[in-house]
Order: sequence, then structure tokens, then C-alpha cells
Amino acid sequence: MAEREQKRRTAPSRETTTTEEEEAAASTERGEKLKAEIDDLLDEIDEVLEDNAEEFVRNYVQKGGQ
Amino acid sequence: MAIPKVFGIETEYGVHAVSSGEMSPTAASSLLINAYVARLERRVGWDFEDESPGRDARGFAREGSMPPEIETHLVNAVLTNGARYYVDHAHPEYSTPECSDPMQLVLHDRAGELILARSMEAARHLLPPGEEIIVYKNNSDGKGNSYGCHENYLVDRAAPFAQIVERMTPHFVTRQVYTGAGKVGQENSDTSPPAHFQLSQRADFFEEEVGLETTLKRPIINTRDEPHADPQKYRRLHVIVGDANLAEVATFLKVGTTAIVLGMIEDDFDAGRDLSLAHPVAAIRAVSLDPDLRTLVELANGERLTAVELQWELFSMARKYAEDRGLAALGDEEVGNMVLDRWERVLTGLETDPSTLSSELDWVAKRRLVEGYRDRHGLEWGDHRLAALDLQYHDVRPAKSLFNRLHMERLVDPGQVEEAVTEPPATTRAYFRGRCLSLFAPAIVAANWDSVVFDVGRDPLRRVPMMEPLRGTAKHVDTLLEGCESPAELVERLGS
Repeated sequence: MAEREQKRRTAPSRETTTTEEEEAAASTERGEKLKAEIDDLLDEIDEVLEDNAEEFVRNYVQKGGQ
Repeated sequence: MAIPKVFGIETEYGVHAVSSGEMSPTAASSLLINAYVARLERRVGWDFEDESPGRDARGFAREGSMPPEIETHLVNAVLTNGARYYVDHAHPEYSTPECSDPMQLVLHDRAGELILARSMEAARHLLPPGEEIIVYKNNSDGKGNSYGCHENYLVDRAAPFAQIVERMTPHFVTRQVYTGAGKVGQENSDTSPPAHFQLSQRADFFEEEVGLETTLKRPIINTRDEPHADPQKYRRLHVIVGDANLAEVATFLKVGTTAIVLGMIEDDFDAGRDLSLAHPVAAIRAVSLDPDLRTLVELANGERLTAVELQWELFSMARKYAEDRGLAALGDEEVGNMVLDRWERVLTGLETDPSTLSSELDWVAKRRLVEGYRDRHGLEWGDHRLAALDLQYHDVRPAKSLFNRLHMERLVDPGQVEEAVTEPPATTRAYFRGRCLSLFAPAIVAANWDSVVFDVGRDPLRRVPMMEPLRGTAKHVDTLLEGCESPAELVERLGS
């Protein structure tokens, strides 16, 4: 295998100004926020999901197009 | 210099009739479009005079070897925003009017979604209670059938087609890392272990590197050579390899990055590095099948790199190109720079933590939704509920669309989208087409991309050609149109 070069020409500036701990904390916080958001979303979408998933998926048949 | 890009997107929507009787997809599509256009006061048909989808960019015609691309008895309308709305094969299809920059195209692509949503509403009023026609902005039914979302770019005829093939292919194979609409499962092939979730709706369906077909043996580079413009000066690159996007950021990047790469080819901007792939067809599938983005693709020179790394290579060339030549070809320097900034931001996100892009990219958003649901309910990957989530993500009905619930980043203002339902872009020939329809519809017999045909009461019919996509703009024709009392006067003054 040919040697692989790392080609990150544009490291985001925040990486150079935050410590690893801050970065990790931010990442955990972000992860928790994302999880809370997805939980809310999943509560919400339960109400709009098609009732019979199996039938819904089975009935969706298309003719091939372009 | 790279020529100014003129863009358009054609989307074939998936269609499903909820009906007590038998309704073919063609009938459902016709009903849908008829219901919409019947609500409009004016209705003008498409003119097929100049259609030649069998012409090949490699320099030959294969008349008769293609299935009929267009069935003229089917519904086919031109709208006052300059768009074409019609039944193609067994799907409703919306072709945006020609746009002059990527942001304008995002706007008109969104206007198309609104038109489809309104068509469903209009059809519901014509059908018995409990029956409706539903459309999905996706590209696959999950059972091996695919339908397209095609992009179109005006390209300088002088750019050698072999260069287009060579330099666009690596882009098309790897841009899926941000253009993919996401798909639960896999079609047309099996890998071991099977793929549960992949980047692209469409990648499973590509079998060739280059070719004229769009429905069988689909090629990464489609060679249809039908410029709908002066064929001595222009070609139209007809791109069939992309997914239909709901995320505006994804659409913006899809067309913006592609236009920049085309500009570099037209300007013969020294790429610095040859990114030709050793096995493009295998690579396009392999990249799609790995949402963790670790798959290496092999270059013709034997080097191996990830799709994101290859995109970084293209990005840095594009940035050099922008510094050197500018991005005026994207219609607007400012929009061009927005493409570059977003491209960089998205690649950085993909490289560090793709989940940070869940409000920007379709596949990331869908993956989060599907995996979140799967975790919550402890489902197996083959569970129908996950396939149902995938499908419903693309439902165009605002109340049912899961995409809508995700509150993803918007780039265009809803008020402008509303306006684009009826108003054409002011900066391309779509303006002339759309305004003529608004003002003089009863005298217009037909219209198509490169002409408008008038019947002003005297024989013969008068065809107004529009072979230059950037002529017929508001700047060119507003004064003329305002000064004309009748279509006859307009035709007279145009000297047609």
C-alpha cells in the first residue's frame, strides 16, 4: 500500500485554542445535548409514524425511472 | 475563462396512490399534475421540437436505440416560474427553471417541493374521502427500483469531454460524503456482512463508468449531449449520479462544488495532482456502504485514500483556483465563497465528528434518527420500522415529513420560496419564458427550454428562439415586455 498522507490543510481554529480536557467536556456536553434532542424528536415522531410499518414499506413499490 | 454556469435540477418523485381501486403510477402522476395545473388559470404545453436525448457527447447518435424518453400524450406543463412539470415514465417530475447561481437553485428546488405538496392537496380534493396520492422525494423504493434526481450544468463546448470524464469522476464518487441522502439497507448486491445503513440512495444502481443510458446500466458520467442551447458553444453536463436532497446545505454543496470542479476543467487549471480512480464503479459503492467514512479508494497511480481525503484534495485545488481565477462563473463571487466556506466546514466536521453535521446533511440526520429509534426500541436492523422511517423521512407532505421534524438548517427564506412557486429567476432565459406565460398565455402554443412558440392569429406560428441561456433576463427584456400591449406586438418587436 502506498504511503498515506494526512491532508488536513485547515485545522479548525478552536482546536488550537482549547485544551484536550475542554475539548472532551465540550464533546460530552454536545453528545448529551444531541441525545436530549433526539429523545424529544423520537417522542414527537411516534405520533406521526405510519401505523403499519410492514404494510407501508411493502406497498411502496416504484417503477424504475431515469 | 470558465463560462458562467447555468444550473438546473430535475427530480423524479416517488409516487404512491392510496386508493380503493387500481391506479397505475402513471395515472396517479397525471392526476397529481393535472390537479395542480387545473388550479392555475393558464396552461401551456411543452414543445418537443428540439428534444434529442439520444445524442451522445462522445460524438455519435444512437437514434432508435433508446426507449422513448418522452411520451407526448402525458401531462406536460410549463409554469410561470419557468419550470417544467410533467409525467416522466411512471413518476411526476419537476425540472427547475434555469438558475444562475447555486443558492438560486436551492430556492427553486425547494419551490418544487412546495408545488408537489400543493399538488397532493389539490388531488385530495378530487379523490373520494380517504384516498390520496403521496409523493416522496427520494430515489429508491428499497426493492431494487431507482428513479433519478439529475443535475444540469452549462459547460463550454471547448472543454474536452475526456477531461470532464477524467476529472469529474473522482468528484462524483466521493462527494456522496455530503450529498448522500442516506439509505437503510442495500439493493442489487450483497456484501458480507450486509450493509445496514449507507450514505447514498443511488450508489447501488451504478454499473458503468461512462455511457448514454439513464435507466439501465447507469453510468457515473452520463454522455447525453443535448445542450438545449447553441450546440456550437455549449454542452450540458447531465449528471445522473446524485441523490435527491431535502437538506438545503446538501443541495447547495452538491451543485456548488460540482460547478467549481467544472470551472477548473474549463480553465484547464492545473490540478497539481491526478486523482483518477483505479476502479470508479467499485469505489462509488464502497464509499456509500461505509457511513463511518474509513473506506480507502485506490487511485490509478496506486495511492489509497479515503473519500473525505480525496474531497480535501479537491477542496484545496478549488481554493487555489478561487484565489487565482475567482469564482465569478458561479454567478456571484459571494455565493462562490459561501460554497468554499461550507465545503471546508463540512469536510472538517466529517473528519472529526460527522454527528455535528446532523442539521446540515441528509444522511447524517437520517442516520441519527434511525439509530436513535433502533436503540430506543431495541430493534434488529431488518425491522420494517427502520425502513419505514427511511421512507417517511422523504414524505413531501409537511405534516408527515420526518425531515420537517428535524428542523434542519435553512439557507433560503420561506417567503422567497413561496415567491419562486410562481416567479422565475430574473437572471436567466427562464425569466422570458415565465413572464411570457404570465402575460400572454392564451397566445402561447408551446414552450420548451430554448424557445417559446406564439400563435398571434396569423399563420404561421412564430417561434422565438432562446439559444443563449443568459439572454432573456429581467435586465434584457423587462422594458420590452412592459412596453408591449399584445403578444403580436411582442413578436413583432422581437422580429421573429
